[in-house]
Amino acid sequence: MTAVAQPAHPALPKKKPRFSKLERREIKWGLIFLSPWIVGFTVFTLFPMIASLIFSVTQFNLLQPQDFKFIGLANYQRLFTDPQVWQSLMITLRFALFSVPLAIFLPLGLALLVNAKNLFGKNVFRALFFMPQMISAVAIVVVFGGVLNSQSGWINRILAFFGIQGPNWFQDEVWVVPALALMTVWTVGNTMIVMLAGLQNVPTELYEAARVDGSSPWNSFRNITMPMISPVIFYNLILAVVGSLQYLVGAFIIGNGRGDPNGATMFYNMYLYKEAFGYLDMGYAATLAWVLFFIGLGLTLLLFRLQRRWVYYATGD
Amino acid sequence: MTTTTATHPRNTTNWAAKRRWRNFTAISLTTLLGLVILGAFLMPLGYLFLTSFKDLQQIQDPNAPFLPSRPVTYNYQGKDYPLVKVPIDGTVKELALVNKGRVSQMIDPQNPDKGLIDWTGPAGVAQPWRTLTPVYRVEPYAGNFAAANDAVNVFRLMRNSFIIAILSTIGTVMASTSVAYAFARFRFPGRDVLFIIVIATIILPGQVTFIPQYVFFRSIGWGGTWLPLIVPHFFSNAYNVFLLRQYFMSIPKELDEAAWIDGASPFRTLISVIIPQSWPALTAVAMFHFFWSWNDFFGPLVYLTGREDLYTIPVGLTQFNNAFGSQPGLLMAATLMTISVPIVIFFFAQRQFMQGIVVTGVEK
Repeated sequence: MTAVAQPAHPALPKKKPRFSKLERREIKWGLIFLSPWIVGFTVFTLFPMIASLIFSVTQFNLLQPQDFKFIGLANYQRLFTDPQVWQSLMITLRFALFSVPLAIFLPLGLALLVNAKNLFGKNVFRALFFMPQMISAVAIVVVFGGVLNSQSGWINRILAFFGIQGPNWFQDEVWVVPALALMTVWTVGNTMIVMLAGLQNVPTELYEAARVDGSSPWNSFRNITMPMISPVIFYNLILAVVGSLQYLVGAFIIGNGRGDPNGATMFYNMYLYKEAFGYLDMGYAATLAWVLFFIGLGLTLLLFRLQRRWVYYATGD
Repeated sequence: MTTTTATHPRNTTNWAAKRRWRNFTAISLTTLLGLVILGAFLMPLGYLFLTSFKDLQQIQDPNAPFLPSRPVTYNYQGKDYPLVKVPIDGTVKELALVNKGRVSQMIDPQNPDKGLIDWTGPAGVAQPWRTLTPVYRVEPYAGNFAAANDAVNVFRLMRNSFIIAILSTIGTVMASTSVAYAFARFRFPGRDVLFIIVIATIILPGQVTFIPQYVFFRSIGWGGTWLPLIVPHFFSNAYNVFLLRQYFMSIPKELDEAAWIDGASPFRTLISVIIPQSWPALTAVAMFHFFWSWNDFFGPLVYLTGREDLYTIPVGLTQFNNAFGSQPGLLMAATLMTISVPIVIFFFAQRQFMQGIVVTGVEK
């Protein structure tokens, strides 16, 4: 287009220096407005990342800062032979097996519910299902600590009503991880809203066409809704997997920062916290952090590879 | 379920009535299902609310109903006797159980002059009085709130959390607006690469940068102060930059070009054109950040260790949980006080919240 227009405006080459000045002005102002991020990124992200990499190849304990020295890959070697790392990874994995399905199917179900044509008072339902998301993780732990109390908690009272002896939940080595996963049902609000928006973006013509063809509601759901919202589900699946790897707050409070009962809540991040802020072993803690990052990255890449089998992207998007 | 082909004006009223009835049934059933799920979902909130109005005895009583209640007693000849529900003469009467035994003796509070009533109960039961259920009366106990505040000074925690949240919110809104404006409206070399870096930092796990940051803040003497919790936010936050940039991009560029032609500086354009158009997004960002900060646990835990006077709500609540774990009433009262602020604000501004989530979550 410009190639056609140029011969018609012979004055254009003359204007070029003025345009360039404008461009310079734009660059100048752009960088001025960008400057908070440049400073913040350098000081609080880039520099710490480099420092963290350096820490991971050094012996660096804040209790004996004078012993700071380069030790190569010894921290990594220690990590791969540390039985506590494997144990904490297994606990984290077990948590993920419970919490990730919950974090996908519950918000999907709730989004379908609050999107249902026949639901009266949709906005009230949406707000109320979202509301616990406003409550701090600590308060959620405290509330569920009460609800799941083996004696006075309502869950065990309800179970007792049906003649079932409820477990000790947070005091039981076997039940504490599922109980922590159960607690995450209260923070599905964000995902629900995102999935709801995904549902509302499905073109209604598709459903109408399917109905004309005599498709049942279940078939419409399986063959229209699911493929159309699969990118949204995929996005939330990645968030859920990465989030479950980094799980900490509930385990920290329920386990009193020690992994109670009997090490059953010593999640990977909890172990990292203990090394960093309990023993102030910054070198090893930085190593743990980087390995966690790479585990998360690896899982994300794996999910991206697997997505071709089930995630549907409408052409043109 | 319901057909929407409403293009037949010759529908008989009978048919229309049938359809209305079917619609009504569908709406009722769906809404009922919704209410059941919502009830189960919000059950812990009900526990929180009701338990905060119970004293320890009311919580531990295994027979007590869910509402804060106390067994009713009746004073007979200077002594208190529990009131029980007694099936007698074909009805159920509330009588005070005076003497327990194979043949129990009751007194009717409605008619004490009648004297002791003998009650044998169902045949073949050794201690028939054990089958009787006690009578409870609803009696909320409000003492937990004052006691919780005495124990942990909830108002000081709220004040601390509020100061940190409001200052860091101001910081992040100002900085993120500026940075988002740069990305949305100015062309400079490397802009697209830098924006990808912004997105990448959203995904980067906090642990990787947290440890050097901690070492850094400690070495410049910011340990035990609020500064590490506030100052970094004055340099923008990737998530907020992303949200605001998306929003700014949707504002027609002709508006700021008109301002430029009128001689407004880029700064002036931001203040008079972009910001007035962006209140929904700015409100969403401000609220997200405010609650993120209000609820942040890890930062205050690490940086404020040992400075109890500076503690925020999540840290104070954790400490309270460790100290009063055996007293759910106190614990729930403290929790209820701390969550009331976010919940009240949420109900006033829920629309902005949900819009903000949609902007970041779907249009990525």
